[in-house]
Amino acid sequence: MSPTATTITGLSHRYGDRVALDGLSFSVASGEIFGLLGPNGGGKTTLFRLLATILPLQQGTVDVLGFDLKSQAHEIRRRIGVTFQSPALDSRLTVRENLKHHGHLYGISGGELHRRIDALTKEFGLADRLSDRVISLSGGLQRRVEIAKGLLHEPQLLLLDEPSTGLDPGARHDLWRALLNLRAERRVTVLVTTHILEEAERCDRLALLDRGRFVAEGTPDELKSSLGGDCVILRCRNADELAPRLKESLGVTPQKVDEMLRLEIADDPNFLRKLLDQFSDEIVSFTWGKPTLEDVFIQRTGHRFWDSGEGAGRQIGR
Amino acid sequence: MGRWGDKNARFVPLPISPSPYHRLINKTQTMSTTTTLPALPQPRFALTVWTLTMRELVRFFRQRTRVVGALGQPIIFWVLFGAGLHGSFTPPRWAVADMSYQAYFFPGIAVLIVLFTAIFSTISIIEDRREGFLQGVLVSPASRASLVIGKLTGGTVLAMIQAMLFVSIGPLLSMLHLAPPLEFELSLPRMLAVAGYLAGLSFALTALGYCIAWPLDSTQGFHAVMSVFLLPMWMLSGAIFPGENSGWLSVIMKLNPLTYGVAGLRRIMQPEAIVADGAGLPGLASCLTFTTLFGVVCVTLAIVLTQRKSSSDTR
Repeated sequence: MSPTATTITGLSHRYGDRVALDGLSFSVASGEIFGLLGPNGGGKTTLFRLLATILPLQQGTVDVLGFDLKSQAHEIRRRIGVTFQSPALDSRLTVRENLKHHGHLYGISGGELHRRIDALTKEFGLADRLSDRVISLSGGLQRRVEIAKGLLHEPQLLLLDEPSTGLDPGARHDLWRALLNLRAERRVTVLVTTHILEEAERCDRLALLDRGRFVAEGTPDELKSSLGGDCVILRCRNADELAPRLKESLGVTPQKVDEMLRLEIADDPNFLRKLLDQFSDEIVSFTWGKPTLEDVFIQRTGHRFWDSGEGAGRQIGR
Repeated sequence: MGRWGDKNARFVPLPISPSPYHRLINKTQTMSTTTTLPALPQPRFALTVWTLTMRELVRFFRQRTRVVGALGQPIIFWVLFGAGLHGSFTPPRWAVADMSYQAYFFPGIAVLIVLFTAIFSTISIIEDRREGFLQGVLVSPASRASLVIGKLTGGTVLAMIQAMLFVSIGPLLSMLHLAPPLEFELSLPRMLAVAGYLAGLSFALTALGYCIAWPLDSTQGFHAVMSVFLLPMWMLSGAIFPGENSGWLSVIMKLNPLTYGVAGLRRIMQPEAIVADGAGLPGLASCLTFTTLFGVVCVTLAIVLTQRKSSSDTR
């Protein structure tokens, strides 16, 4: 097994004139859960599809499990499991039929296939649903079948595109337990794309992707501690006017995001008192907390996580 | 060994709590064994074709309306057109003088069934693409050619089953006086010859449908192509009217590959109804040649289209 599951160098991709990926380079170590976090439209899905070998490689080199994506796609396909964001199950077929067809596509058949299906479905708590049609399963169960399917041919690398889409918090929790188990028991490398911040927190390592570029990379803790101190967000009457005054009297450099001001402050228990003493008339409300991944994202990009995405309705509470 | 069959299946829903993930990992890591990878299975062409064909069949029989639609409509066509047009029908020069319209129309309807089934089975490519199943096949190591052949074989088997059902039901309807007697013999050698010929024709037409469906992203688009291209192609194949001496129409009919498909079926199905050889009806040899050629072109095109890797695969 190669020490790195994936190595990407100078990867760019464009759709016509639109640049989707702009010179990405990174590597994923064997046995880690690597997260690609970014807003929708940031390039995650393009990157995912390139790795899944269904988009033609335009520029850059990609090595997956020791094979070159451009010339050895067939070898890669045999060794990776792919779970798309949209379900890739045939809803009119039963769970067993779906798994069987999948096994056949990978050259597994007969008793061996039977054994794998039974074992996997038992492990994933699907054993009693084998003869149910997929359409009759809940979203969470369908997702489990999907992942079981992706693992049937015992891949070394599992690619998951937005695996929590459409899952309730309980099912999402189950999903992550399963991923952590996989990593621990089978040493499967997992590469997962997500736009959900709390999901990204569970990855071993993360890359933040915005507009086709990496804006940050590291473990979730590294990323958050790179900001140092705490984060304060002020909702105020006039951000443009308040910002220079804050800088002058408190020595902080506020970042304006959506008519709000974001401050990073070192551990200073008196800061808040000073802030409120001087500016309480200007401030409508404020939040104060440890930096989150969203703060990292804002700090690196200058805009909110959801700006280029689907609006504020899906924001994660802080 | 219990690598997969784990007696402590850990995929149990837990109440949501600030969960000790790290403890979970540590616990399982101590249990994990360094596993040697098993020999990696190679995808097999025949297995892929088999599995995709079976999927097509299972899906078809689970949608009862499709079964009714694909067989019911042509039978209704045959009975109604037959009853309505038989008075005004003049048998073509190559046929026996007392040929009924129903007898003339009979092979045409068999071809229509094949065409309809081919169309509906290839429409499922558009659905597969939309539902995501196709993506799953495209990222698998199975070859694209085996995907095409699997899909075509599925459509062909379905078309065959239905066309052969009709071919057997037709004489039955004649006996019930819903249609006049057919000059058609239900002998085993002839049925086998008909089945063999229909299989080849079905494969070619399914491939044609595949080439149309592959680049499309909506089933509505396919219906449009069907009404302006596929149905006229059938109508101008000698299936409903002989179209002899009709000027430009006859020219189009001569150029239509399906004309040879229908004529070939006529020759195999009703040789006793054909009296004058060479009087406007293409000979069996040219029918077989053109139909085979048409099939080879369509299948090749289908494979070439599918093997092109492009951004549209991911729609």
